[in-house]
Amino acid sequence: MEETLHDGHGHYDAEASKIGMWLFIFTELLLFGGLFIIYSVYRFLNPDAFHLAAGELDVTVGATNTVILLVSSMTIAMSTSALRYKNKKLTLGLIGITLLLALGFLINKYFEWGLKFEHGIWPGSEHLVNDMSQGEILFFGLYFVMTGLHALHIIIGMVIMSVAAVRILKGTVYAERAAMLDNAGLYWHLVDLIWIFLFPLFYLIT
Amino acid sequence: MSEEKNHIVPYRVYILVLLALIALTFSSIGITSIELREYTVAAALIFASIKSFLVLTYFMHLKYDKPYIRAMVGFVFAIFVVVIIITFLDYLYRT
Repeated sequence: MEETLHDGHGHYDAEASKIGMWLFIFTELLLFGGLFIIYSVYRFLNPDAFHLAAGELDVTVGATNTVILLVSSMTIAMSTSALRYKNKKLTLGLIGITLLLALGFLINKYFEWGLKFEHGIWPGSEHLVNDMSQGEILFFGLYFVMTGLHALHIIIGMVIMSVAAVRILKGTVYAERAAMLDNAGLYWHLVDLIWIFLFPLFYLIT
Repeated sequence: MSEEKNHIVPYRVYILVLLALIALTFSSIGITSIELREYTVAAALIFASIKSFLVLTYFMHLKYDKPYIRAMVGFVFAIFVVVIIITFLDYLYRT
């Protein structure tokens, strides 16, 4: 059993922090899980329309974003090791790289959504409502909601990692008190985990 | 505290996991570009499941965590799978 630490920064219990984070992650999994079930049912009911609409998405953009997220997951995981090796500079550097990769993901997403808007496709757009079938409207509705919610998680993840970086700089998060960075990492991996399923379901199954 | 020190994962492990994840990503792109008809979805989901297993085990530290945390995570995924199965039992056998 790990002992609780009292060192002038207040109560600290790494295991309790970890369980709390996992319980939160479970609620996130069920939130996205519900959306995945909606996707699979609508896909089952409109196979041809989903087939057609998915062809509109660019596999290269999706694959680029997948690689970006996988690399960023590795760098944040490495930063938790670097913190325990007491290498503060490397820890902060790795968090910095992770934040840049996250920003790259969002920029990519911005251009991807921008291209859809140029084609007249956005929730409730005239082109979508008047010219497309029910199934295609459902596909693009789910596409915008699920990738949008995921992008929101990217932004929240960036905020959490920034807070962790500031606390490492200030010295309130360090090798023996690493839970804050560990939990930021867990959240970031969750974001990666969700994308691992979003990518094939929207981009690959055409 | 000594226990936590033993949990430092070498950088090498993370690099190897990343390489495996990227290889699996491109394999899944490759396999879904082949015409497999109804098996395309299954193939894509199998690759995604292997990838998420790697992320959960190594990046999310479950390999090094206590068994009860692993059990909790497994339980949540099992519930999710059960809900999907029940949903599709309904849709597949509706008349």
